[in-house]
Amino acid sequence: MENAFGQPQNVVVFGGSSDIARALTKKLCAARAHTVILAGRSQALLDVAASEAQEYGATKTDTVLFDAEEPEHAARTVTDAFDKVGDQIDLVVIAVGLLGDQKSDEEDATSAARMMTVNVTWPVAALAEIRRQLVAQGRGRILVMSSAAAVRIRPNAYLYSGAKAGLDRLCVGLAQSLEGTGVRLQLLRPAVVRTKMTVGVAEPPFTTGANEVAENVMRGLASNDLVIWSPPILRYVFFLVRHLPTPLWRKLADR
Amino acid sequence: MSQTVLTGWGRTSKALATVRTPGSEEDLLGEFSSGESVIARGLGRSYGDAAQLSGGVVLSNRKFGGISAIDASGTVSVGAGVSVNELLAISIPQGWFIPVTPGTRQVTMGGAIAADVHGKNHHVDGSFASHVRSMRLVTPIGAFTLSPSQDAELFWATMGAMGLTGFVTSLTLQMMQIETNEMLVDTERFSDLASVMEAMVIGDAGYRYSVAWVDCMARGARRGRAILTRANHATHADVERASLKGPRTWSLPVPFVAPRGLLNRWSVQAFDEFWFRSATRHEVGEAQSLASFFHPLDGVGNWNRLYGPRGFVQYQFCVPDEASETVAEVIERLSASRLASFLAVLKRFGAGNAAPLSFPQAGWTLALDLPVGSSALPGVLDDLDEMIVAARGRVYLAKDARLGAERVAVMYPRVDEFLKIKSRVDPKGQLVSDLARRLGLVGK
Repeated sequence: MENAFGQPQNVVVFGGSSDIARALTKKLCAARAHTVILAGRSQALLDVAASEAQEYGATKTDTVLFDAEEPEHAARTVTDAFDKVGDQIDLVVIAVGLLGDQKSDEEDATSAARMMTVNVTWPVAALAEIRRQLVAQGRGRILVMSSAAAVRIRPNAYLYSGAKAGLDRLCVGLAQSLEGTGVRLQLLRPAVVRTKMTVGVAEPPFTTGANEVAENVMRGLASNDLVIWSPPILRYVFFLVRHLPTPLWRKLADR
Repeated sequence: MSQTVLTGWGRTSKALATVRTPGSEEDLLGEFSSGESVIARGLGRSYGDAAQLSGGVVLSNRKFGGISAIDASGTVSVGAGVSVNELLAISIPQGWFIPVTPGTRQVTMGGAIAADVHGKNHHVDGSFASHVRSMRLVTPIGAFTLSPSQDAELFWATMGAMGLTGFVTSLTLQMMQIETNEMLVDTERFSDLASVMEAMVIGDAGYRYSVAWVDCMARGARRGRAILTRANHATHADVERASLKGPRTWSLPVPFVAPRGLLNRWSVQAFDEFWFRSATRHEVGEAQSLASFFHPLDGVGNWNRLYGPRGFVQYQFCVPDEASETVAEVIERLSASRLASFLAVLKRFGAGNAAPLSFPQAGWTLALDLPVGSSALPGVLDDLDEMIVAARGRVYLAKDARLGAERVAVMYPRVDEFLKIKSRVDPKGQLVSDLARRLGLVGK
């Protein structure tokens, strides 16, 4: 059961070994989370994340392996993870994503398709099953990792940016469709976050650490806002960015 | 049958539930025999998630009405869905008052039992339970008539149990005789916490009712400044034109939810300042109506909407006399955190009762209203929990919306005994609320 501040007790995280997911899991456990199920690609990394969760107060952790390139198995992965909770689910986090390499991906059909599969198709398939089970439960909260890059597609990263945009827009509609079901969906739109996914990438403005993102999520859970921005000032920055004339945007974004 | 979004009075933690309004004990037994999880709900004045069950069935007690004639000794039988307001409207003109009422008249009798409510007279009259002669309780295994001499174990387990032992349908209450509907109120202003606490320890015995409003936002030398009001019922001899009129029934509405952040650190501080300065320095024997003394907030309907869409939490704790310095430490912590908090309510408690989950225990109690929104608030309240546990105190479940499950057994050491009694009448664990799930009071 979550409390008045949206702090959950039973949590399932898909993409549970990502840096942002780990930072968030720690904060959730330090608050009220006692049961944490982490799903991801690498058992070794999940085990590390699970022991971190215990260090921060989780009393029951478990892991589920899955491959985000196989959306046909997404429903089973969701069911496996939910079954391991053994109780009602308070919060489901989808932190699945692939940054890719725009330069090589954009000229290779398979790689370009993979960007869509991992960033959009798997999450959407999983959300179908998550939606079904949470609506049946009559309550619950879903947090989907989008990106500030989803707000306006960057020409020099259109695969990642565009894929996140697809997921982001779809989730806005999904969130509205959930009204009256007792289930709530929130979108996280962070700026660039210093993680193992971004090593070697030049730091644009508003870059933060994973810890700061997690802190903004904790505040966002209490606020119930549809979109959680990190840092929060992006709400206003991207209001402007959205309305920049295209030539100016290309100049800024392609720097 | 309809799906309804429910929240507590604090307007946090929204729950979607199927709300039904049974009208008889047979209806209730039917609800239980369907095997579904259920919880009772009255007027929704508990602040957190005690009277809601997301994804489940919530049973309103509002069809259980009816008020019997009040007999010569002052006992009255009432339906559990009758509100304090409805009972007072009938009883005051006959010269009878409900001996224990909380800060609002908008609670049902069933809710008063579920929270074992207390008033400003706890140091003299105890909590609501002390005045309940008997009650009917419908549980999954059948209906019971309970009293301190008839299945006392279940009677007491139901007091303060937030509805987790069953659904109260009616009760017999011992009323208190009054001569007028006026109070004689003494008001005094204090510039710091220590002096008001000392005045309460020394002087409360001379008053039936006593309460202090403490400014938790004032800093420096003025930290903990307070207004103490104490009163007794006025007799015919005390007032010129004694009358016995029921409370007025209308209130000023708050027609919409206020914008986010209306009540912030600065606006609340300004209000606290105004409130403090508008109180007289020292006044003795001022006549006030029952309503304005007991239920001042009832003059504004839906005042909880002023806190905006995010709502607010109320934090109420009690600590024994040996730990009275904890009250000062809590106020210090709040003042240092710069969280917005309305004038806190400070009271003295008399001895507790036999109920395993009843909140009051001898000592001090402090209640604070805090708007949700500050990212520091959850952590500060967790720190306060730690201080309260160290002081062998507890927080009030009727107000709670955020306590951690691991604290419950420490604050309420008889919780295992309670769960055992609960499982006797609820073997399948059908009596569940969001609060029970959150605090592990389900007995899996």
